[in-house]
Amino acid sequence: MCRIGAIKSLDYTHPSQALLLMQSQQKGHDNSGFAMVMHDLGGIFESYKHLPTLSLACTDEGVKVAEDILHAAGFNRVMQWVPETNPLPGLDINAMPNYLFQTYDYPKHVRHLGQKEKEDLLLNMRLKLRKALERDEMGFAYSFWPDVVTLKEIGDPKDIGTYFNLWEPDSKFTAKVITAQCRQNTNYDIVRYAAHPFHLQGYTTLANGENTFYLKNVELQRELHRGYIGFESDSQCFLYTLHYVHRELGWPLSYFKHVITPLPFEDIERRDDKEQLLAIRQSLAHLEINGPNTIIGVLPDNTMFTCCDAKKLRPVVIGRNERMVVFSSEVCGINEVLPDRDWETDIYPHEREVVAVTNDLEVQRWRQ
Amino acid sequence: METMKVQNITPNDLYWKIRYNASRCTLCGSCVAACSFRAIEPKVERRRMVFSEGELPEPKQRFSAVPVIKQVNSIKNYCRGCGICEKVCPNDAIGPVRNPDTRHPIITRCLAGDSIKRGGRKNLGSTTRTLDKIRIGRISQMTDPSLDAQRHTFDLLAPFGRILPPAKLPMGVTPEGLLQMQKEAPPVGWIYPVIIGDMSIGALSWRMWEAVAMATAYLNEECGIPVRMCSGEGGMPVRLLKSRYLKYMILQIASGHFGWNRIIKAMPHMTEDPAGVLIKIGQGAKPGGGGLLMAQKVAEHIQAIRGVPKADLLSPPNHQGLYSIEESVQKMFLSFNAAFKFRVPVAIKVAASATSVSVFNNLVRDPYNIVGGFFLDGIDGGTGAAHEVSLDHTGHPIVSKLRDCYLAAVNQGRQGQIPLWAAGGLGKTGDLAADAFKMICLGANGVFTGKLILQMAGCVGNDQGRCNACNTGLCPVGITTQEPALVHRLDPERVAQNIVNYFLAMDQEFKKLMAPIGNSSLPVGRSDALVSVDKPVADKLQIQFVC
Repeated sequence: MCRIGAIKSLDYTHPSQALLLMQSQQKGHDNSGFAMVMHDLGGIFESYKHLPTLSLACTDEGVKVAEDILHAAGFNRVMQWVPETNPLPGLDINAMPNYLFQTYDYPKHVRHLGQKEKEDLLLNMRLKLRKALERDEMGFAYSFWPDVVTLKEIGDPKDIGTYFNLWEPDSKFTAKVITAQCRQNTNYDIVRYAAHPFHLQGYTTLANGENTFYLKNVELQRELHRGYIGFESDSQCFLYTLHYVHRELGWPLSYFKHVITPLPFEDIERRDDKEQLLAIRQSLAHLEINGPNTIIGVLPDNTMFTCCDAKKLRPVVIGRNERMVVFSSEVCGINEVLPDRDWETDIYPHEREVVAVTNDLEVQRWRQ
Repeated sequence: METMKVQNITPNDLYWKIRYNASRCTLCGSCVAACSFRAIEPKVERRRMVFSEGELPEPKQRFSAVPVIKQVNSIKNYCRGCGICEKVCPNDAIGPVRNPDTRHPIITRCLAGDSIKRGGRKNLGSTTRTLDKIRIGRISQMTDPSLDAQRHTFDLLAPFGRILPPAKLPMGVTPEGLLQMQKEAPPVGWIYPVIIGDMSIGALSWRMWEAVAMATAYLNEECGIPVRMCSGEGGMPVRLLKSRYLKYMILQIASGHFGWNRIIKAMPHMTEDPAGVLIKIGQGAKPGGGGLLMAQKVAEHIQAIRGVPKADLLSPPNHQGLYSIEESVQKMFLSFNAAFKFRVPVAIKVAASATSVSVFNNLVRDPYNIVGGFFLDGIDGGTGAAHEVSLDHTGHPIVSKLRDCYLAAVNQGRQGQIPLWAAGGLGKTGDLAADAFKMICLGANGVFTGKLILQMAGCVGNDQGRCNACNTGLCPVGITTQEPALVHRLDPERVAQNIVNYFLAMDQEFKKLMAPIGNSSLPVGRSDALVSVDKPVADKLQIQFVC
């Protein structure tokens, strides 16, 4: 079983807080990996928020392939950060030779284009990079998006933290939103892409659970959008559904919950908006999820939210103070990060609830 | 002595021979009175008795006339093996015995010069059914816990009606951030995933049809199980058309259009919309053949409802005037949608065939979004009357064809847009929940069933040639006959009760199948939940092979 955690803060926060959040929950996961997606970046990325950053783990050859593809498309590198690694003997990490975070300026011919065209281009580039790097496992292009970086690695999360010097807080590598998870996809093949959080066009999700409607979801999602690929983990389906409902259909976030865990028919019948809810349940029946799940998600505007399966079979707790909100599978993680908070304000969402945190840390609770 | 004629029919030529024990018979006459086929009759036999009365043997003989029950040697009044004689005999003196040496298929054709007709299902000895080679093998245990069939709630409903792809839903977002319908979407009813299949009021006795209708109403109004019943071709009583119970009924139109005169005339007086309209193109039990109601079953009330004289009522094998799928979409679907002002879903029923996927593809791609369901009927379905050669030798099994249609939709990203409903021998072993559940995992939204409903009512027919006389109008248990004396054998309240109880049991069993795979809504298309011990079956259906 996974443990998942996420931090949303008014201040730029270092990933060491995410490691701390997850460390105390290690009995609940198998310490087989560490994966993290950061939004709303600070430190060295703060002045490049409007430009896409590529998060890449690759071989030497992979670096060349990726750079050649981006240069050929007209992207110009404006910044690169290569985290200093600390390859001590005895660390449990299955490291790739290179980890790169490169920020690019858009090609000249697209700079005047609208937001949507640029976003489509970024997705196309990431898909192209992913495909090119798949050959001989040259590398993994996790994200290519403005104000977002991704790090995923196989091994003990504590050792991965040591390897990347993530235990030492600094002001270079920070963000206001950090989502993290400490387990590889141990149900199936160990593939770097299979570790959540997953990211697509500004949307990030991570999940604790088992999606027993995985096949139904996959069979429909495959045909819905070119970006819905991989399916290395059943949790990816949540990301694609979120992306589809919120971005492609343009529906408000509250309807994501109606899609993945629709209300029982008898409840729908009593609602004023039953016509809409029935239409959703009908037309998006194949995006419904079943099985135990807790989902944490981040939207392109950096709103962070969480919701659970319809029977509330997986836990999640939300703790907060004035400067930070923390989502965690277990409360012990929050106790590490926010030891002095008022725990009486902790929220344990129920099965029909969405808890969303806005950028000014307003915590909203919506009943489905 | 008269010369023996080998062509004469004897009981040994027939399917069933009557076992009769004169020493147990009290000659009460119950069996003869009860045999609707007139396959037994009282006769007098000449008996010889040898006896001796003196001290030494002095054999004498005496002849006497003894009344007995004899089997009729005729291809018209032959024993169907229904066993009613056995049922009514107080002394276990009589009963039918299957005759493995029967010459019936040959002599009937030789003598009548006509094809054999009967009711029931395919009677060829079959191998293990495909559905019995499939198990629900993906059980939730550790990471995804099983649910509790008793404690948890389950959503056991299936759509009937055309479902728009999400991007085509006519919805917009209000300034308050709420979704709002901007115009109407096609009508969709959410109903129980088992529809009581289309059996007409001519094929069934009025008591039987009424019993099914009663059970349907009871299940809806008292049990909260929204079961729908399809009328079959032939209309329905005007009183029902005008009643509030019409909302539980799916009106069928087939190529004979029987009953529609009355339906149309009743429209202005309808207080509720029907649950749907089902256009019947074909039937799994006799694909390529039309409906067949023999004159002997066209009783007065049937004549009234259908507006016909007492004559054989043959529905043409196809809808006259429809020459293509596109035409059917444009003409029939539009007109029937328009008839109820686009408030009632209109679906189509076809016999499973090697070409079903092409038909389905055409419908799922239709630009009008008006085909509200694809009802696919397989070879093992039942019928009230058909040519035996059709019943036994034409048709297509349902399981792989349903799966083919579902996967065709998946390949186009159109799964769920036209709900798939499957039938054809489902519940043949008596266990409809398991069969329906497996079909749902393979991609069906629901199933429909007819023959099983008759069996709940007391039908004694089976798939080994027993009875199968629905076409004759002589149904010994009053289900498929219009003979008042026979119809009165059927107690409609008991039939309704049996049907209701069966559905209640089945509802429990559905939950007992959903709980272990951890699903609280129907697992439509969840083929990952299924495994098969048969490699070709697993390969064909794209499910996991296990051994």
